[in-house]
Amino acid sequence: MSDLLVILIPVFPLLAVLLNGLLGHRYSPALAGQIGCGSVGLSFLCSLVVLGEMVSTGTTREVIAYTWIFGGDLNVNLGFLIDPLTTVMLLVVTGVGFLIHVYSVGYMHGEEGYTRFFTYMNLFTVSMLLLVMGNNYLVLFIGWEGVGLCSYLLIGYYFDRISAAKAATKAFVVNRIGDAGFLLAIFLVFVNFKSLDYTIVFSQVDQLSTEMATAIAFCLLIGAIGKSAQIPLYIWLPDAMEGPTPVSALIHAATMVTAGVYMVVRNHVLFDMAPVALITVGWIGGVTALFAATIGLVQNDIKRVLAYSTVSQLGYMFLACGVGAYIAAIFHLVTHAFFKALLFLSAGSVIHAVGGEQDIRKMGGLWSKIPRTHGVFLVGTLAIAGIPPLAGFWSKDEIMAHAFVNGEYGLYLMAAIGALLTAFYMFRLTYLIFYGQSRVDPKVEHHIHESPPMMTVPLIVLAFLAIVGGFLGVPPEHGWIHGFLAGVATPAGAEVHEVSFGLLVGLMGIAILIAVSGWGVAHYLYSARPRAAEDWAARAPGAYGTLLNKYYVDELYDWMFVEPCKRLGRIWDWVDSNIIDRMVRAVGRMVDLGSAGSTWFEKHVIYGAANVIGFGNHLVAWSWRKLQSGMVHHYAAMIVVGLFLLVHFLLIWLTGKSVL
Amino acid sequence: MTIPLADLVTILPEMIVVFAACVLLVLDPITPPSKKDWLAWMSLGALVVCFFITGATMNDRVFAFSDLVVVDAYASFWKLLLYLVSGLTILLSMTYLKEEGIDLAEFYGLILLSLTGMMVMVSGADLLVIYLGIELMSIPLYIMAGFKRFEARSIEASAKYFILGSFSSGILLYGISLLYGAAGSTRLADIAVAVDARGLEDPLVLIAMMLLIVGFGFKVAAVPFHMWTPDVYQGAPTSVTIFMAVASKAASFGAFLRVLLEAFGGVKPNWNGPILVICIGTLVLGNIVAVVQTNIKRMLAYSSIAHAGYALVGLVVVGWAGTEGAVASRGVSSVMLYLAIYSFMTLGAFSIVAILRRGGLEGEELEDFTGLSKRHKGAAFLMLLFMVSLAGIPPTAGFIAKLYLFMAAVDAGLAWLAVVGLVFAAVSAFFYLRVVMVMYMREPSATQEIETRLALTPTTTVVLACAVAGVVLLGIYPSPLISVTTFAAIPFR
Repeated sequence: MSDLLVILIPVFPLLAVLLNGLLGHRYSPALAGQIGCGSVGLSFLCSLVVLGEMVSTGTTREVIAYTWIFGGDLNVNLGFLIDPLTTVMLLVVTGVGFLIHVYSVGYMHGEEGYTRFFTYMNLFTVSMLLLVMGNNYLVLFIGWEGVGLCSYLLIGYYFDRISAAKAATKAFVVNRIGDAGFLLAIFLVFVNFKSLDYTIVFSQVDQLSTEMATAIAFCLLIGAIGKSAQIPLYIWLPDAMEGPTPVSALIHAATMVTAGVYMVVRNHVLFDMAPVALITVGWIGGVTALFAATIGLVQNDIKRVLAYSTVSQLGYMFLACGVGAYIAAIFHLVTHAFFKALLFLSAGSVIHAVGGEQDIRKMGGLWSKIPRTHGVFLVGTLAIAGIPPLAGFWSKDEIMAHAFVNGEYGLYLMAAIGALLTAFYMFRLTYLIFYGQSRVDPKVEHHIHESPPMMTVPLIVLAFLAIVGGFLGVPPEHGWIHGFLAGVATPAGAEVHEVSFGLLVGLMGIAILIAVSGWGVAHYLYSARPRAAEDWAARAPGAYGTLLNKYYVDELYDWMFVEPCKRLGRIWDWVDSNIIDRMVRAVGRMVDLGSAGSTWFEKHVIYGAANVIGFGNHLVAWSWRKLQSGMVHHYAAMIVVGLFLLVHFLLIWLTGKSVL
Repeated sequence: MTIPLADLVTILPEMIVVFAACVLLVLDPITPPSKKDWLAWMSLGALVVCFFITGATMNDRVFAFSDLVVVDAYASFWKLLLYLVSGLTILLSMTYLKEEGIDLAEFYGLILLSLTGMMVMVSGADLLVIYLGIELMSIPLYIMAGFKRFEARSIEASAKYFILGSFSSGILLYGISLLYGAAGSTRLADIAVAVDARGLEDPLVLIAMMLLIVGFGFKVAAVPFHMWTPDVYQGAPTSVTIFMAVASKAASFGAFLRVLLEAFGGVKPNWNGPILVICIGTLVLGNIVAVVQTNIKRMLAYSSIAHAGYALVGLVVVGWAGTEGAVASRGVSSVMLYLAIYSFMTLGAFSIVAILRRGGLEGEELEDFTGLSKRHKGAAFLMLLFMVSLAGIPPTAGFIAKLYLFMAAVDAGLAWLAVVGLVFAAVSAFFYLRVVMVMYMREPSATQEIETRLALTPTTTVVLACAVAGVVLLGIYPSPLISVTTFAAIPFR
């Protein structure tokens, strides 16, 4: 019974994909939307039941659907592993996913390709579920690639934008680089363990040498960096904002991009064996958290600010993994899914209200016109900025506390500065969109309207979650989520740091101070003294320009990788298309010479002889005329018949008896 | 001298195919034009019969004609694949040739004759027999490449293919004659003995081996012997391109592997280096040049070059120093698996090109695919699947093929080669997905709606269905194919 329930979780959306994909053109788009939402809703219900069982019994179990590959020593099942970590991910994917699906019904209303949109979204959900539910690396990889493909299709959803198609390709190719690393890790795991099942690999992990564990962990890390948009492979995520806003919320904020974090936590046993790899994870995360936050300071596209913020927040999760705080990483993953989905969706509601405008310089003063959107956006901002008691405060504080307690003061400092910047750019965004003078295009101005309930209800639910979600982890270190995940995400052999109550409160105080000062600076620059921001930018044009142009990293990559590749391709293409022609021409010239010679020979020698024979032939020729139809293939037929006869007689002559 | 009946029975499938080809050529002039399709059905029937015969005798390992020919599981595997590909090519051609206005029934005869050559190649246990097979395969291909005889490009392709093909045959033949000088025989088994006796540093054997590698390199379109491929693939009628890109490549790989492993199995270090260089060169060039192509047929030509590079990874694995028997056998089976899966996806992609018509011509430019998803949803989706599979993305079969291949490489201690392969697989995503991008993310122009159409007939539908079934089913449930290739690779253990 409950095995079936587990299998049904990905099957519901899969059925919806098949139904909408194959028959979608037969019925109205509205029904397609309902099927799409309903399937994810059913999966969510199943996930809740799974959660209930998990909480009451607490047993991990594996469900095998069928044997996928066998041959030689490679044996892989399409199987699912249900443990607390998977359960948490399931709830995020189906729960937040369901809300975003519902929101999409309203947001995408009237868009062309509505059915197609839901087909892709459901396909994404299936892939994401496979990713988090798989009981072995290969199923994880299938999901991994599947979500990448869906992301590709959804980023390029808007036909009419060339930039969308480019962004989609960029996202996919950059991800493929990470995937190459991941795949290599899978190969190494297989070579070392002769199996790809988590349970077998993790139970035999002590046979591994530290070097091999480090190699595998680094390869996994490359995969995680690509998917979770960390330095140096983060460049695709901001461009991915070309897709529809619900896509950004579901794929590029709440679920897919966190897959890298999930993967690191899932493999924490391997990372624990490889301290070098682990601390690299931490530093990549820390640097990314800070680096992306600085870019976010000056961007003017509402979704791009949120995108850089996502990159930065994912950096926090990596940082948490790097200091062994896997539970904190997952905790932040969950709260981030709540408030970032909320922020993206309410940004979508803003964009919807102002007729598709995304430039925050052309907004302002919207709070009274779209009050509900304003309210939920503010909740999201408070949550991500780390104002207690909202969700972001608890999870971010826990990450920073872990960095501090583990003695990684460098990481702590980066996380702290990052938190300050986060608070600043989020409140900057809020002030520019909702407060101050309206800078909206007058033509759009009087069309501004609040979004329909189909969109605002999911927003309110998410806002509620963003407010209370943090209490999953309260009190710090001993909350519900810590107890739930303790069995699967506790670092092996880690020493327990006894944290004094005073230190804990002190760190919290600092975190609150950081958040409030970020808010204060934003308030000063964008509300109290509206001209101050421009002045600052004008005073440091170099720094401002560098930030605005995202440190010129895209240009650098183009120059280093893309252009050389294309140039090489063009050169070789030229060689291939010209060298051969020359060779053929040379041969042709030789043939010309040769044929001139042989023509002379034919004319004067062969024809002379042939004329004699020809006359005799002429006499018989009339009888053959019927057969000589002038078609080459008929001659071929004759030759074949002749060949048969010849061979026949030859064989009789050689062997003395007929083979026919 | 008598020919034992047992020998003839051994080559029964070859005889059936040749017989069918000859009957077809004889019947062609006396068949009224409206009934020409019957000739195609007849050749299909012959293929089906052969399929069952070869399938039933797959477990045997029989030598015939004083050890000139061997029918073992390895040969049978390739033959089964070749029947399938030839059959699908014929089915597609029934529509395609009519569309192009070149529906002459001898086309099917030529396919069958070429197929015979391929079957002889993979069954040959003697270099001269293999050489005969290669020529028998190639000559009908030269003709078919120029089948659009009123189109300069097609004639040009034919001429190029012919000249370069003859050139490579000459090289191959030269290598064979040198080997004959060294071994006093052209039989693979005798050569193996002589090669082992002469040791690693014998110049005569080395030169002969290089000549053979060059000759086969031409046939499988490996860099730097690939140059004929783009022009010929682009110029030839698309159904011929399919036959060349899939069947001829598979057969050439089949013979290549057998020659290298059976005749030169004792001197693996000698050929492993050159093969490794060729393999990497092919991977790099095929993938990078494909990036700048705007003609789909040309892009797929480079893609087929790149895939030859992937398949060569398996050969490198077999020859790598220190590779144990089991891993070496996996190298062989991974090449077989790779080419089998490659056949489905390449055949599918080219078939879409063949049936997409713009006016009276083929829609082979990238622009012709603009917004295809709006005009022909199904065709666009199939093309998406083929492209995704060619790029090696799960859950399609292309992923399984690459997974198995690179897994073998890592097992043999060639993790870095797997990395090279994976990186270029990442590059390949760029040009495969560009097709998807053009189909799904661009608005078709108004004229395109009118100008292009799909030549969808029952036969082309069957072809597409088979290709897509291969790509999807082998991705979801590859086990049967994997066990067949593992079994068929056993002779090389």
